[in-house]
Amino acid sequence: MALNELVRRVAGVLPAGAVITDPVRLRTYECDGLTHHRVVPGVVVLPESAEQIAAVVRLCNEYGVPFVARGAGTGLSGGALPRTDGVLIVTSKMRRILRVDLENRRAVVEPGVTNLAITEAVREHGYYYAPDPSSQQVCTIGGNVAENSGGAHCLKYGFTVNHVLALEIVTPDGDIVTLDADDPGYDLLGAFVGSEGTLGITTGVTVRLSRTPETVTTLLAAFENIEQGGQAVSAIIGGGIVPAAIEMMDALAIAAAEAAVACGYPAGAGAVLIVELDGPEAEVAHQFAEVERLCRDSGAFELRTAAGPQERAAIWKGRKSAFAAVGRISPAYIVQDGVVPRTALPNVLASIDRLSAEHGIRVANVFHAGDGNLHPLVLFDDAEPGAEERAGLVSGRILDLCIEHGGSITGEHGVGVDKSRYMPKMFTDDDLDTMQLVRCAFDPRGLSNPGKVFPTPRLCGEVPGVRRGVHPLVESGRAEQF
Amino acid sequence: MDAPHNTPRPGADEAPRGPGADEAMGGLSADEALRATGVTIREAGSGDAVAGVMPRWVALPESTEEVAALMRVSAGHDLAVVPVGGGTRLHWGNPPERCDLLVDTCCLNEIPEHASGDLVVRVQAGVTMESLAETLAARGQELALDVPVGGSTVGGVLATAVAGPRRLRYGTARDLLIGITVVLADGTIARSGGKVVKNVAGYDLGKLFTGSYGTLGIITEAVFRLHPITPARRWITAGLPAPRTAATGSEGSGSPVGPGTVEGSGFPVSPRAVSVALAASQAEPSAVELDWLAPSGVLTVSALVEGVAAEGRAAAVRDLLGGTAGESGTTGESGEWPVGSYGVAEGDKAPDWWGVLPGEEVLLELRVPPSGVDGALRAVARRGLPARVRGSLASAVLQVALPPEIGGPELAAFVSGVRGDVGPLGGRLTVLAAPPEQAAPVDRWGPVGALPLMRRVKERFDPDRRMSPGRLAGGI
Repeated sequence: MALNELVRRVAGVLPAGAVITDPVRLRTYECDGLTHHRVVPGVVVLPESAEQIAAVVRLCNEYGVPFVARGAGTGLSGGALPRTDGVLIVTSKMRRILRVDLENRRAVVEPGVTNLAITEAVREHGYYYAPDPSSQQVCTIGGNVAENSGGAHCLKYGFTVNHVLALEIVTPDGDIVTLDADDPGYDLLGAFVGSEGTLGITTGVTVRLSRTPETVTTLLAAFENIEQGGQAVSAIIGGGIVPAAIEMMDALAIAAAEAAVACGYPAGAGAVLIVELDGPEAEVAHQFAEVERLCRDSGAFELRTAAGPQERAAIWKGRKSAFAAVGRISPAYIVQDGVVPRTALPNVLASIDRLSAEHGIRVANVFHAGDGNLHPLVLFDDAEPGAEERAGLVSGRILDLCIEHGGSITGEHGVGVDKSRYMPKMFTDDDLDTMQLVRCAFDPRGLSNPGKVFPTPRLCGEVPGVRRGVHPLVESGRAEQF
Repeated sequence: MDAPHNTPRPGADEAPRGPGADEAMGGLSADEALRATGVTIREAGSGDAVAGVMPRWVALPESTEEVAALMRVSAGHDLAVVPVGGGTRLHWGNPPERCDLLVDTCCLNEIPEHASGDLVVRVQAGVTMESLAETLAARGQELALDVPVGGSTVGGVLATAVAGPRRLRYGTARDLLIGITVVLADGTIARSGGKVVKNVAGYDLGKLFTGSYGTLGIITEAVFRLHPITPARRWITAGLPAPRTAATGSEGSGSPVGPGTVEGSGFPVSPRAVSVALAASQAEPSAVELDWLAPSGVLTVSALVEGVAAEGRAAAVRDLLGGTAGESGTTGESGEWPVGSYGVAEGDKAPDWWGVLPGEEVLLELRVPPSGVDGALRAVARRGLPARVRGSLASAVLQVALPPEIGGPELAAFVSGVRGDVGPLGGRLTVLAAPPEQAAPVDRWGPVGALPLMRRVKERFDPDRRMSPGRLAGGI
């Protein structure tokens, strides 16, 4: 069959050992961070350069075989889920930081470099790479580009798309193309970032480096309930302050974190808020006093300020461990990712409470409060018959709530295979068909990560009515082409 | 200037016969079909020319649906369509290959939603940036996008992707846009993004349409993230000597103004050194701008700091520039910097040139990596023309205005000369605006690496080439 023939040819364009066909080893790649979707890939390749990736992609074209790119496999939406009939292109051997250019505040890296490795390479010079997804120690920059990753600090600093200056990509045809933010014409760079591997494969990334802020101050505020915490968030944002991060956890999430990492948050808190301010010292000092006041005014019963990096880490410990921590209080759980306008948070949280009670499914809430990005952790016991279905139902209803309130079905985890069925709830057919035009321009044969993002595969077809060659008006001498 | 009349194409006012002809039009002429939409239609006049090309009709739709109705008629009658907002940059880009219908977005002039608690605004494309700013300011907020031309509309700003000084801190239109509504060539209404800042569902059509010059469709509505209006602003302005290349006629091998610092003042003298020092400082300026009359005028650099602690940070910038500032409002008259005076001034008013394009008729844009800024300035100086250079020193995005009367060959020589010099620095030069007769021998856009992909995007969105055809790079 095509795949067998392809495997033979691929081995010819890659270094020894770069083609994996052993069934046991293939299973290592059967899922990403969303482990309930599993597909054993047809073949896995470990290329070492853009040229090798391009060669593999060209072969995929020749045989009409689909391909999927994968970085570290930390994605939470099944975006890197392989195909049994396809090639999984893993960038783990492309881990070089090619150039650090501090004067121009940029670095050029290969796609398999981890997010944190970029910061580590420039930290001593007073720079860092701003987007900081919580998996930053292991997730790759190539994956970040595919998912347009954010992180706790994107409230102030934006997402991957705001920090990528240029990309080298392999198009779904197998061409190596540079997309540069400074290029005139269409912002293909902007369209490519966040396209979840459906428009091609990233083989090189030029990232913007940011100056390490002069000061960072972190505050933990404890409230009796989540409403008070929400009020504090509104007051801070409404007061014209843009913190680097504002994170909130509810009582159940706090309980889980305590059980897992003994983060020592104030006893009796129904909600905790973590507020981080950074920037010039004078500005931060002023804003910090204001944040403290606004938290107290909203009913905070305890405020803690991190005096140094250790104390800051202690404050963040509970928050950063939250996802894994719920494992301590529940045998199984679903991590959801949805967004609502910040002002809708109180309403939506109340609705989630009602859903939770109605279906007998506990929901722990952890969220990036500043931008309304919810991460409800839907808890269930997979040994209990029907519990998983009820949890799935609650999780899906939470996304419905996000859409009803004018929000989004995903703030940072991506659509992948997991949420493609929700796309028609958020977008009209015309919206989705228009997005498909972009897909068809890049990938007319639909070979690049097919089955992701969009609910129904569509054939692109030939471009109707395209005038090739000279425009008839030019030909007849009645118009000039400039 | 007399606009040449666009040659009427056969069939344009006859019954529909194009591939997308709508049977419901029942044999109406294009004129009748346009009027049957109920949208206000008028005959185009001499003021409606698009970069010299005369349309036949001007339509004034009042809603996205009306734009869609116009586009369906246009598809059925094979009409070429150009959208226009304030018309302030209609002379930018290549002239369209043809233009039958100008869609004037002036009546899409509402701001349906300002969710101040969410720091988000939804605004129709025809709203002027001034009017938007006024509405937002009433609740202490702003769209942190400086617009260099008065009277610009939201749609026009997006379509041409213009940005001003504070791009350094807040990014450009594409960074602040979170949702968009567009109408495609066939009348399809499509939205992407939404009303929340954090959103990765689906492709970001907003990015694609930003800077598309009307070649993919018509932008009818946009959603932006907002920022609180900053409580204080301080500008710190300093003069720098002109590049030695121009002043002395000799070319140094290093930076255009020589290494080191000016004796006695202590501040770095090359624009590149100033840029590096400011970018690396913890004062976090929101903008660092440059103004210079090449080849021999004094270079003026001005930095903006914003925020509650602006005064303290302004002091830091001032120290960095090494001057002793007179506390005064004189920065508003920065044009008076005498040659040879390299003092530093600080005030709460912007210099009069701040955020204003250096010219209108013949306008170029020069982009280099920040380290290439000295080389880029020297490349301009070396041509010996009186060029006004202005723009973001820190982002190294500079606009260059040349004398309006410049001849075509002279312009072409300037463009190819500067491109030759900045290419090795990783820079590029585009011609934003130039009268067609002067720009005829010039490749306005220069080489674009991803052009084949851009063409494919164009072919999918506008297969019949009816949307602002030929306006953009590579004849897109």
